[in-house]
Amino acid sequence: MSRYTVAFAGNPNTGKSTLFNLLTGMRQHTGNWAGKTVVTAEGQFTHKDHTYLAVDLPGTYSLYSNSADEEAARDYIIFEQPDVTLVVLDATSLERNLNLALQVLEITGRAVVCINLIDEARRLGIDINLKRIAKRLGVPVTAISARGRIGIDELLDQIERVATGEFRAEPLKITYNDEIEQGIAELIPMVEQTVGARYPARWIALRLLDGDHSLLASLKAHMGRKDIHVSEEVASHGITACH
Amino acid sequence: MESPHAINGHDPMDSLLTAAKKLADHGGIRDEIVSGIYGVSADICRDAVIYQDKKKLGSTYKLDNIVTSRIWGFPIMLAGLGLVFWITIAGANYPSSWIASFFSWIEGYLTSGFAAVHAPAWLHGVLVLGLYRGTSWVISVMLPPMMIFFPVFALLENFGYLPRVAFNMDRLFKKSGGHGKQALTMSMGFGCNAAAILSTRIIESPRERMLAILTNNFVPCNGRWPTLILLSSMFMVGAATTGALRTFSTALVLMGIVLVGIVVTLSVSWVMSKTALRGVPTHYTLELPPYRRPQIWKTIVRSSKEKSLNVLTRAIIVAAPAGIITWILGNVFVGGESVLNHMAAWFDPFAQLLGMDGFIIMAFILGLPANEIVLPILLMGYMSSGAMVDIEGLGSIKDIFLSHGWTWLTALNMMLFSLLHYPCGTTLVNIYKETKSMKWAVLSAVIPLAIAIGVTFTVASAARLFGWV
Repeated sequence: MSRYTVAFAGNPNTGKSTLFNLLTGMRQHTGNWAGKTVVTAEGQFTHKDHTYLAVDLPGTYSLYSNSADEEAARDYIIFEQPDVTLVVLDATSLERNLNLALQVLEITGRAVVCINLIDEARRLGIDINLKRIAKRLGVPVTAISARGRIGIDELLDQIERVATGEFRAEPLKITYNDEIEQGIAELIPMVEQTVGARYPARWIALRLLDGDHSLLASLKAHMGRKDIHVSEEVASHGITACH
Repeated sequence: MESPHAINGHDPMDSLLTAAKKLADHGGIRDEIVSGIYGVSADICRDAVIYQDKKKLGSTYKLDNIVTSRIWGFPIMLAGLGLVFWITIAGANYPSSWIASFFSWIEGYLTSGFAAVHAPAWLHGVLVLGLYRGTSWVISVMLPPMMIFFPVFALLENFGYLPRVAFNMDRLFKKSGGHGKQALTMSMGFGCNAAAILSTRIIESPRERMLAILTNNFVPCNGRWPTLILLSSMFMVGAATTGALRTFSTALVLMGIVLVGIVVTLSVSWVMSKTALRGVPTHYTLELPPYRRPQIWKTIVRSSKEKSLNVLTRAIIVAAPAGIITWILGNVFVGGESVLNHMAAWFDPFAQLLGMDGFIIMAFILGLPANEIVLPILLMGYMSSGAMVDIEGLGSIKDIFLSHGWTWLTALNMMLFSLLHYPCGTTLVNIYKETKSMKWAVLSAVIPLAIAIGVTFTVASAARLFGWV
């Protein structure tokens, strides 16, 4: 019996922890406000023939390195390379939530998008065409209500398809303006040469263009270089770099 | 474009960044990236999402316009806080005395049991008067208010009100040089300071995070609520008032204490951001999540199970041995006085300056591991120091205090000291772990302690000067 890793990503307050608790039977506290998942929690669940290790990442709005939380979530997806990254979205504010999904898809295609609070959205009269979204994103998209326990089986099936490799994703690639695209194109060969094929070169190139020092520090640390201390320097003045 | 081969001797990673910087030298690239992503999101939603009724979506904003308005925001917040306190105090009063009488009824049987088997007096003293009494006080004093306060607070939290509190407080924190999210970590401190220290990770800037860490102690946590609630309901309200009015004024006093804590939080933030932690507040986005109807029973059951029982267990685990130690200290005599009395006498002159007494200071010192046990230790200290009173309900607890010369000033200053003094041991350990700095861990104990001493000294001196006591 094989065991797959599933990372739970999502904006704060999308019911990500509720879903996590439901699947793993863990009793993390869930409140209605941003930032309550402060430590990454791990749990386990089984579906059909497979066991999954579930990792609850801190709720974040983006994967840019704005805070220790965002760095933690980003580093987990890039360096631990979970078999599936489950992006939990809030059906009632889909447009804002999709941004995180798009950022995850820039890093990995091994993702399932899960639109939570679908019952609430229906109540508010929001119709969501899942097929269209799935077609655009290029990864499985399911609608659930973690609170109402709606659509959980379907979600688990989709996680299984991605985990086992039965589903091969071709995730949406965002095309930026010409200047950025040109920069990315020039950087990609260098990135590939430096960090190898293990990491998503296009995404790293994009982050470098944005001047993301903390990503570089994490890369250095994870590639087992001797100057690992860089990440600690960044974290001086009393800030924890959560790795 | 340089090729990576041309820069031998340099770290290839650094040269990558240099190359990237060259490509993006005009800045503003973040905006372009973000608008690229937002454009795609918006496009997908236009394609796949249909809103049948935009008005329905707006209902949550209507509520927000009121609860976060400049005029109504603060009054609603204060009224809400007052209401939570009122429910807690009104609801906890009777169960507390029932539980207390139940335990003292059991104690009678325990004592006769010990007498029946001719157990030595010291054994009865350690086990019944020390261990049993200590733990039963903790339970009867702390359990009822917690069983009410935590679920009510959790309901507000799950409803989605806390981010609105943060939104209202944001302006104040900005003005004092802190970060608006400090209001969120502060709200979390109402539950547990140790957990709130971890939650400061949501603050991006190291400087503002440090401010949030340093000031978190100034909101009363689980462990301190029972002390505050008990003391304010016993001492801070005139003896003449009864019933609903009494409960109401107790709630007002508690609210006053919380406000003092907030004022100190803002002042310390302001002073620190002008001195040791200088800087300009950074910008951030605060999400106001939609209001959600809390799952009432689930919330109540879960918060009772997780918070109330946890706090109580923690209190009992620490209070049980503390009860034994306090009893022993109170019954081992050196030179005609118990060790406990010697210790209390040593602290007494200093404590009197602060409007308290040596036993109180000693309780705070022994209570460093957990704030929950400060009050029980104090009671045990008083009890073993000779004034044996049978505890039957809150009235007789008050008698113990009165027989040790308590006045409203003693109670007020103990409340202020409890609010302001150093955080508990667990919190300090967390601060050290999070900041990786002994200096800041020590400062986060020393600064509050200095403020606590300063404030209580000032209050005591003023009260004496004006002849109020």
